[in-house]
Amino acid sequence: MIEARNINKTFGEHHVLKDVTCIFEKGKTNLIIGQSGSGKTVLMKCLVGLFEVDNGMVIYDDRNFTTMNFEQRKTLRQEIGMLFQGGALFDSMNVEENVMFPLNMFTSQPVREKLDRVNFVLNRVNLENVNHLMPSELSGGMRKRVAIARAIAMKPQYLFCDEPNSGLDPHTSGVIDHLIQEITEEYEITTIVNTHDMNSVLSIGDSVAYIYEGKLWWKGNKETILHTDNAELNEFVFGTELTSRLKR
Amino acid sequence: MPKIFTTIGMYVLLMQKVFSRPQKRKIYWQQLLTEINSLGLESLGIVAFISAFMGAVVAIQTAFNITSPLIPLSMVGFTVRQSVILEFSPTVISLILAGKVGSRIASEIGTMRVTEQIDALEIMGVNSANYLIFPKITALILINPVLIVFSMWMGILGGWFAMVATSLVSTNDFVQGIRVDFQGYTIFYAITKTVFFAYIISSVSGFYGYITNGGALEVGQASTKAVVFSSVIIILFNLVLTQLLLT
Repeated sequence: MIEARNINKTFGEHHVLKDVTCIFEKGKTNLIIGQSGSGKTVLMKCLVGLFEVDNGMVIYDDRNFTTMNFEQRKTLRQEIGMLFQGGALFDSMNVEENVMFPLNMFTSQPVREKLDRVNFVLNRVNLENVNHLMPSELSGGMRKRVAIARAIAMKPQYLFCDEPNSGLDPHTSGVIDHLIQEITEEYEITTIVNTHDMNSVLSIGDSVAYIYEGKLWWKGNKETILHTDNAELNEFVFGTELTSRLKR
Repeated sequence: MPKIFTTIGMYVLLMQKVFSRPQKRKIYWQQLLTEINSLGLESLGIVAFISAFMGAVVAIQTAFNITSPLIPLSMVGFTVRQSVILEFSPTVISLILAGKVGSRIASEIGTMRVTEQIDALEIMGVNSANYLIFPKITALILINPVLIVFSMWMGILGGWFAMVATSLVSTNDFVQGIRVDFQGYTIFYAITKTVFFAYIISSVSGFYGYITNGGALEVGQASTKAVVFSSVIIILFNLVLTQLLLT
């Protein structure tokens, strides 16, 4: 479980996160949704420590991440996997080297064992015979899947996904969404997904937090989101032609 | 003015992160060898080309200016040797490497920054500054002296070839000029300068790449800043080191 407690973050004069308090539960796919510029990416970066919070706390299963020193954070981060918007695969390494990278850095396993783990996680994300391809030779969906494989290679306890569907067609988006959900349930991990894709919300949103103008505006799940009377959330949910037709 | 101090402060803080113990020694050695190859050995061609032609030009210009019969023709070899060893190879070649290697380092690290590859390293718990910049600094400090000594050889060889080809100075006179009054300390001076310049090129370029923020445009700007500031600092340190080592 990850808990964000009274998080505030400002950039110069701009107060981006305003007293955000939220619990992200274990074994569930926790979605953070909101319009562009609402602060959801900043919230995620505060949760993983890429941004320091101005005040407030981030707690990973009773461990206060905010007060940890560099070495303590380094240890905790070995329990974290993250899928970035563009995949963030290392350009100079092939698929196998990318996925093996955290194993090389943090374990002393023999090469054979590491290779077995690499092939296992690549199989888990439905990728075969791609070990020696470079990131530039992969499609967008394949890059995301390799990034997921790299993120779960170290058997993380916490998985963060920043806009996993951006730049993907609806079918591939669905594949990635279900893969994230399956992995979350299979390994009992705490997953946080940052998205503004309503398809994702309705298919994998075990828990949904809506961020509006830097505040936690609404919290619910994929069932309750369609029946709320929250005006700002309704504007977001039914803001597209497709969803507004569904409502009618 | 305050921006300069902010930048210097950021540079010092980054160097604190860079100069820490590598996470995995084996991976560090692998990276070091890769960097020696990509930053150093791949520069051999351009270093050889520029050195040989500059040596030839210095020789021809010196021979052209010797009009008095009182000045021996061996002065051409002497001038080529002194100018190549003291200034041309360590400083001018370092400036050229600041352009070639510096822009490469800044754009490589800058691209990794804007495509979130550095964030990915940080999330994994890797000290990204140490992992990315430290092998580049050590590689350049190790390989640049080799490149500079190679440049000295090529410069003198270029000068000799130009004299022989134009029949302005005989091989005997040229070689005599090269050997006359040679001081080994000049090589020490050149290598010392080279080591300082190698550190400047790699750390300044690494810094500008690492602090890149934005997209492709900013990567280009980071690359330009890396070359400009590396070159300016090299020129300043050239004066300081020359004053310290030769007087």
